[in-house]
Amino acid sequence: MATTSQPRLVLRDVRKSFGPVVALRSGTIEVAGGSIHALVGENGAGKSTLVKIVAGVHRRDAGEMLLDGEAVDFGSTAESKASGVAVIYQEPTLFPDLSVTENIFMGRQPLTSGRRIDRSAMYAETQALFDRLGVSIDPRRPALGLSIADQQIIEIAKAISLDARLLIMDEPTAALSGVEVERLFAVARSLRDEGRGLVFISHRFDEVFALCDMVTVMRDGEYVATRPVADTGVDEIVSLMVGREVSDLFPKTPATVGAPVLEVEGLNRTGVFHDVSFEVRAGEIVGLAGLVGAGRSEIARAVFGVDRYESGSVRLAGKAVPQHNPRAAIRAGMAFIPEDRRKQGLVTEASVARNVAGVIRRGLTRGGVLTQRAENRAAGPWAGKLEVKTNALDANAVTMSGGNQQKVVIAKWLATDPKLLIIDEPTRGIDVGTKAEVHRLLSELAGQGLAILMISSELPEVLGMADRVLVVCEGRLSAELSRDEATPENVMRAATHAGEAVR
Amino acid sequence: MSDTSTRPPEAEHEDQVSTLVEPSRLSPGRRTLLAVVRARETSILLVLVAVLAAATIKTPSFLFSSDSWRDLLLAPSLLVLLAVGQAVVIITRNVDLSVSSILGLTAYLTGRLFVDNPGIPIVLVILAGVLVGGLLGAVNGVLVAWARVPALVITLGTLYIYRGIVLTWAGSDRINAGDMPRDFLRLGNRSIATIPILTIVALVVLAAVGYYLYAHRGGRELYAIGSDPDAAVLYGLKVRSRVIGAFVLSGGIAGLAGVLFAARYGTISSSAGTGIELQAVAAVVIGGVAIFGGSGTVWGAAIGAFLLVTINRALPILGIPDFWQRAVVGGLILTAIVLDRVMSARQARKLLAAREQS
Repeated sequence: MATTSQPRLVLRDVRKSFGPVVALRSGTIEVAGGSIHALVGENGAGKSTLVKIVAGVHRRDAGEMLLDGEAVDFGSTAESKASGVAVIYQEPTLFPDLSVTENIFMGRQPLTSGRRIDRSAMYAETQALFDRLGVSIDPRRPALGLSIADQQIIEIAKAISLDARLLIMDEPTAALSGVEVERLFAVARSLRDEGRGLVFISHRFDEVFALCDMVTVMRDGEYVATRPVADTGVDEIVSLMVGREVSDLFPKTPATVGAPVLEVEGLNRTGVFHDVSFEVRAGEIVGLAGLVGAGRSEIARAVFGVDRYESGSVRLAGKAVPQHNPRAAIRAGMAFIPEDRRKQGLVTEASVARNVAGVIRRGLTRGGVLTQRAENRAAGPWAGKLEVKTNALDANAVTMSGGNQQKVVIAKWLATDPKLLIIDEPTRGIDVGTKAEVHRLLSELAGQGLAILMISSELPEVLGMADRVLVVCEGRLSAELSRDEATPENVMRAATHAGEAVR
Repeated sequence: MSDTSTRPPEAEHEDQVSTLVEPSRLSPGRRTLLAVVRARETSILLVLVAVLAAATIKTPSFLFSSDSWRDLLLAPSLLVLLAVGQAVVIITRNVDLSVSSILGLTAYLTGRLFVDNPGIPIVLVILAGVLVGGLLGAVNGVLVAWARVPALVITLGTLYIYRGIVLTWAGSDRINAGDMPRDFLRLGNRSIATIPILTIVALVVLAAVGYYLYAHRGGRELYAIGSDPDAAVLYGLKVRSRVIGAFVLSGGIAGLAGVLFAARYGTISSSAGTGIELQAVAAVVIGGVAIFGGSGTVWGAAIGAFLLVTINRALPILGIPDFWQRAVVGGLILTAIVLDRVMSARQARKLLAAREQS
């Protein structure tokens, strides 16, 4: 096919920001045809943003993008697809109501002479694709209920049937078993040998080294380096990825660890999480690590009572907490700050005072009437303590920065005087400077005896903040690591290999 | 409850799961049979047959007289048309409440055209109705696709706006049968081989749309969009133009229904068709189209419309008081929705269970 001198895909200094948050500072990569190019970096390094720009989901703000030497600018996913770019996303995107075959061929089904969809040909082609991939999925079954691994297979089958010249796989192996990974690699190699360009995003270094020819490292939205896989090693890649000392950025002051506050035993929910047992002690920060989609947030939501669980128990300070009842959980002393605070934790159109006082409103009312003065009185000390930088408590939360919003949410829950704080992605969408403040705050709170369960996709944050790290893999706790044991490699290994728990 | 669902399943249960997960293992004949037995359309059809049987046993003339046979087919025809258009929109996870106003507007337009242009060809009038309906539908579609406001709100707005246009235009004016040519009025009540022309038109539209949804790329994309709109965007489907297309179709069909309304009833005032939009939505939901889109067929919606109208005519014959007649219809809608949720939850659970077993 194309000559090797002309790279399949070139990105140079591509930039993309969402509002004030810069997701990609300088995305640079050069993918040759007939090669598999690894793209590695921590969560939040900008890999997914880069992928979405190539896929036409986002439009870049600046920089160059060339496909086979030709400048391209995709305004939609349809355009990138028409140019021969296929993307397998981290989280598969299927139509649950339709059959797997329709999912693969939607929009380009084989037609009979009368422009009618040729269903039997479509089923036969799907069967052939599945045979090539070596999987036994019935072409007629609905996509609903497929495991993540099977959904991934459908995505891959889709990309193959597209006959794409550039195939991007965003963590395709995250949910696959060893056999499935081998099969995928065999397919990837045969696609490479046909002269296609492949981009492979993965956290598993063994896979990167087994499969890829080149590796490009990104950090904090910036291109760091590109190395031929043959000339580099895991140590170099890790140091390029991290690029800084973990402990400097996330200071966790040691606190005296007290009695268990939260005890979770044997929590089960079919298809979501299995046999989850752990405890969080007073003064302790427990990090819940794992890949996106592993079930971390689901576990937290079940503990707090937002979602149901089928069996198991949750106890707070020795007392059983009834399931599926957030109100009871709050009364028992739990506080929960969800991942998307704009959506779930903060009324952005309301004032700071109203937000802070929201949870304890019941306790503030005088004869059923809630006055603004009472709200301000209750909110004042908390906002002050947390150094929320807003001119007045009357300011609307929507006008504040992400860091300050997060502080308002934390203040809101501290007003309930909780024993346990569950916080999901505490610093997502917060700029680097303010992150440290949120971390300092959490650390201080733990020092005052609060038990904290922190979910985070940012490995350095987990490693820096947590006294203990619980790793979730495909709905199960695959490892429990002490602060000393918790190295990036250990956590990643536990997060990616279900069967082989570290301990 | 968990006892029955988590226990190791009996053979029958296992068989059900495997037919769900591996339908290709069955012979084509068995697959078709299973599909027909399982289809929501079949159960609604059975309810319809039961209603017809009950009413006919009580009063044999409900079915067995030439007039009542004609009424049986004629009465639901307009609603069948509207339900077909509505089903297409609901399959894309939208809704079109403005159809009754589009129907009213094109009905009045029809009368006006005949009054103002004596001798105008009937085909031209029908074409005008469909075109105007399609245009009004396009307005809905463009607003829904670009404004990112739920279709419920947009079409609630245009429901009032379009009705407002008719009210302003028609005022207290009323068009009577005498104002329209005889040949045109015949469309509304003549039959061919005992089947009313109106019913034939409805069936032709139904068959055409049903075929398109089943066998054409565009039709399948409508299902995909309703099943997961975000995935459809990532997939590179032309979500916007497809959604606009669905609204144009719904509007065009409502326009056609408006013309036929004029032919059937002969008198048209500014309030023609008021309230029929909710009946259309009800028919679609009863017919097994998921209100959140992605599944169901226009065939089901048409049977739903047939059932809705027939039940309204049968209940008085069965001696059920007026209040309960409405309650029955309400109950039917709630049953359909609850059934839909329960069945899809059950299927999801079965598929999940099948996955955990393997």
